[in-house]
Amino acid sequence: MEVKFNLNGLDVVYHVKPGEYLLDSLRTNGVKSVKKGCNASACGACTVLVDGKPTLSCSVLTASIEGKKVMTVESIQEEAAQLSEYFAKEGADQCGYCSAALALVVHALKEENPHPTRQEINDYLVGNLCRCTGLQSQGNAVEKYLGGKK
Amino acid sequence: MKKNFRVVNNVTPSIDGKGLMQGRSFYTDDLAQQNSLVIKLLRSPHAFARIKSIDVSEAEKVPGVACILTKDNVPHVPFTRAGQGYPEPSPHDKFIFDDYARYVGDEVAAVAAVSEEIALEAMKKIKVDYEVLEPVLDFEKAYENKSVIHPEEGIHEMFPIGFDPKKNLAASYEMEVGNVDEELKKCDYIVEDTFYSQAQAHAMLEPHTCNARLDEHNRLVVYSTTQTPFHMRRIMSKTLGLPVEKIRVIKPRVGGGFGGKQAFHGEMFCALVTLRTKKPSKCVFTREEVFGCSYTRHPMKITLKVGATKDGIIQAIDCRALSDTGAYGEHALTVFMIVGSKVLPLYNKVKAVKFGGHVVYTNHVSAGAYRGYGAIQGNYAVESMIDELAEKMGMDPIKLRELNSMKEKETSPIFEIMGEGTEGTAMIMESCKLPYCIKRGRELIEWDKKWPRKEVGPHKVRSVGCAIAMQGSGIPFLDMGSCTIKLNDGGSYMVTVGATDIGQGSDTMIAQIVAEELQTTVDKVIIYSSDTDLTPYDCGAYASSTTYVSGNTAWNAASKMRERLVKEAAEYMNVKVGTVEFDGKMFTSGEKSLSLEDLATNRLYNQDTRQIAVTESFHGHVSPPPFMAAFGEFEFDTETFEYKMIKYVTVTDCGTTINPMLAKGQVEGGIIQGYGMASTEEVIYNDKGKLLTTNFDVYHIPTRAEVGELVTEFADSYEPTGPFGAKSVGEIGIDTPPAVLCNAVYNAFGVRVHHLPITPERIFKAVKERK
Repeated sequence: MEVKFNLNGLDVVYHVKPGEYLLDSLRTNGVKSVKKGCNASACGACTVLVDGKPTLSCSVLTASIEGKKVMTVESIQEEAAQLSEYFAKEGADQCGYCSAALALVVHALKEENPHPTRQEINDYLVGNLCRCTGLQSQGNAVEKYLGGKK
Repeated sequence: MKKNFRVVNNVTPSIDGKGLMQGRSFYTDDLAQQNSLVIKLLRSPHAFARIKSIDVSEAEKVPGVACILTKDNVPHVPFTRAGQGYPEPSPHDKFIFDDYARYVGDEVAAVAAVSEEIALEAMKKIKVDYEVLEPVLDFEKAYENKSVIHPEEGIHEMFPIGFDPKKNLAASYEMEVGNVDEELKKCDYIVEDTFYSQAQAHAMLEPHTCNARLDEHNRLVVYSTTQTPFHMRRIMSKTLGLPVEKIRVIKPRVGGGFGGKQAFHGEMFCALVTLRTKKPSKCVFTREEVFGCSYTRHPMKITLKVGATKDGIIQAIDCRALSDTGAYGEHALTVFMIVGSKVLPLYNKVKAVKFGGHVVYTNHVSAGAYRGYGAIQGNYAVESMIDELAEKMGMDPIKLRELNSMKEKETSPIFEIMGEGTEGTAMIMESCKLPYCIKRGRELIEWDKKWPRKEVGPHKVRSVGCAIAMQGSGIPFLDMGSCTIKLNDGGSYMVTVGATDIGQGSDTMIAQIVAEELQTTVDKVIIYSSDTDLTPYDCGAYASSTTYVSGNTAWNAASKMRERLVKEAAEYMNVKVGTVEFDGKMFTSGEKSLSLEDLATNRLYNQDTRQIAVTESFHGHVSPPPFMAAFGEFEFDTETFEYKMIKYVTVTDCGTTINPMLAKGQVEGGIIQGYGMASTEEVIYNDKGKLLTTNFDVYHIPTRAEVGELVTEFADSYEPTGPFGAKSVGEIGIDTPPAVLCNAVYNAFGVRVHHLPITPERIFKAVKERK
């Protein structure tokens, strides 16, 4: 079947099998920044934004995004680069497997709530697991990034 | 000795951090060739069974199936999947496929097809005739059980490791210094207790992944999420009977390893499918396979007897351990020995120490390498016992540690006795700031105000606990790394290293060391690592070796390059070598000067043209331990026994921190991973031996919701044998949380929890039993 949607500002047509998930469709079509971590909506590595909302692409049928706007980290390159500088300063990046998804979630948080408290940051990011860091450093980095503090 | 560093010991962002956050796709599955055959593995539904026959005839008829591998059509060579030095201290007790299935999930067949759906459909049509056998699911009943898990012929040990498969023994070990029984008789205080730790999952975010293709020379090229590419090439060559020169292993970016990737997963299957079909193939483990069909931490039972005299000196330690290696013996002996060798030397005032026991096979998923590797299990037991002893003696537990623990310029006889499955290497602690770490940590946690407990509200108490730890820095005389540096035109350097970056940031650390020595900046250093064709050898990322072994390697290569550049510049300027000074950009000798850029251009294009390049190697003669003191504060609900971490303070002596932020990341990441093992990471099997905790929704790793405040400091320390004074820092962070939490629970409730994880239910049970 054909699914038409907007991917990172461009209208695209994907040919997919019924029952195919967005994560698999994206990766099959070369969008490899979206990662498969658990395939069970439990780790957050496959996060994309659908109409601006963080969405776990491993559990969304591609057919259901007909006519919608899908954003991956490719559409927020400059923001991701800036955020990474805050991560570097706090020692908050390691293997990077969760990084692109985190950048998208931080982007969505900024749109929704530009001045979140630390608790709100932790709550918003809680579904994005990281096994490498102590997590506090990532919270510090996001807090400073959103607060505009270097 | 100590320098004013410009690059090392200064904040330097990870060289790949920005690109990875921007989504650059360089992980293993991102690089699989398009149209790769998809490999799915048929796994045993039984914990223990003999495979009488496998019928693949119906499965082979499914359109789109390219190849099915079973025990009937693959090489039958015993090997170990453990990526360790050769000959390995692990038994060669594994075949690619075997007549037996030894745990629920053991591989029985591999199906390669044009799509995952077709591979799965074909898999359903494979008929396996199993003779179901009685499994061994309780590791305390494994030794000499009538069910023998490895009855097959041909398996063997590479050198004596106490391997006795007819008794379900993968390995065993005994050592004694002095006479423990005699010394204990002279002690005024003796405590004895037993501790159990669980089969913790690595839970790295990137699943085990590999893919294979043939290159234009028909050589096999394997991309793998491996921590040990060179060991992988060697083991693949010996097991498949394929010469080393026909194999190339490439490790791209890796999404976390923690020891779980120090072994084979799907690589043998990918290699065989591609060699047979001449088509590219890939094998990506599902998350359920990562949990249930890769490796876990070795569950252990540790019984300790510790004796001290009235003066507060610990005189003797008797440590008996039993380790469950599961179905296969990867790292069986070495993990076991580290329970002793990386924990007991902390208390080096003893007159006698004894350590030993069995590593048994069971019908559980295989245990393997895991960050902390024996040390965390040993630390949980020993550091809990030190608190028990302090309590019995009426002494502050920190004071007992200060009186008895390792100091600078001291040693322990254990270093010489216990090594990597063999004898060890004697060494003196040239750097050991443990006394400072303890003192500083005590201040930071405000121990004297908080110990042992404080009521903070109706049915809320806060308590503190502490523990100390040590680790190693690589395996002396065994672990080797090498590094090639060549000069590019423009005056930048191309650095190729075997060292394996698995997300810990070793590429960045090596770039800093090279930049420091060559007085340049990290952006002038291009790093390419872990490709068996293009980079020189390195044993890989394990045993806390990368900073010390690969870091020293890079330092050696950079200082050799420096010498070489000065020589080349002297020749060019026609002056004596001894008169030339080099500041990283310019060579000067009296009035004459030459830029690095001009030298590089000249040597590549103009006069006496040649490539300026050096290759150097390093292996350690010692394994200098990093040390840590850790202090945790927790708040407990006295009605529900639920608790949360308030604060976790660590002060670490890892010598010079080459990259202070990456070092902090290693410590804090280790603490939270260790805290998961201590608190929430429950491993549940059903009564048939099937693992039930196989995804993140049922196996709870720490999230942003439960992490308290982390206070992470480093001691001012310089290890004279390390690169710019550095020691390792990758593993030590994980060691302390089980003991710290266990001690804090005791300080809150007066009960000791002897099983990990320390759940509210287990605290409740302990409190109830005491009443």
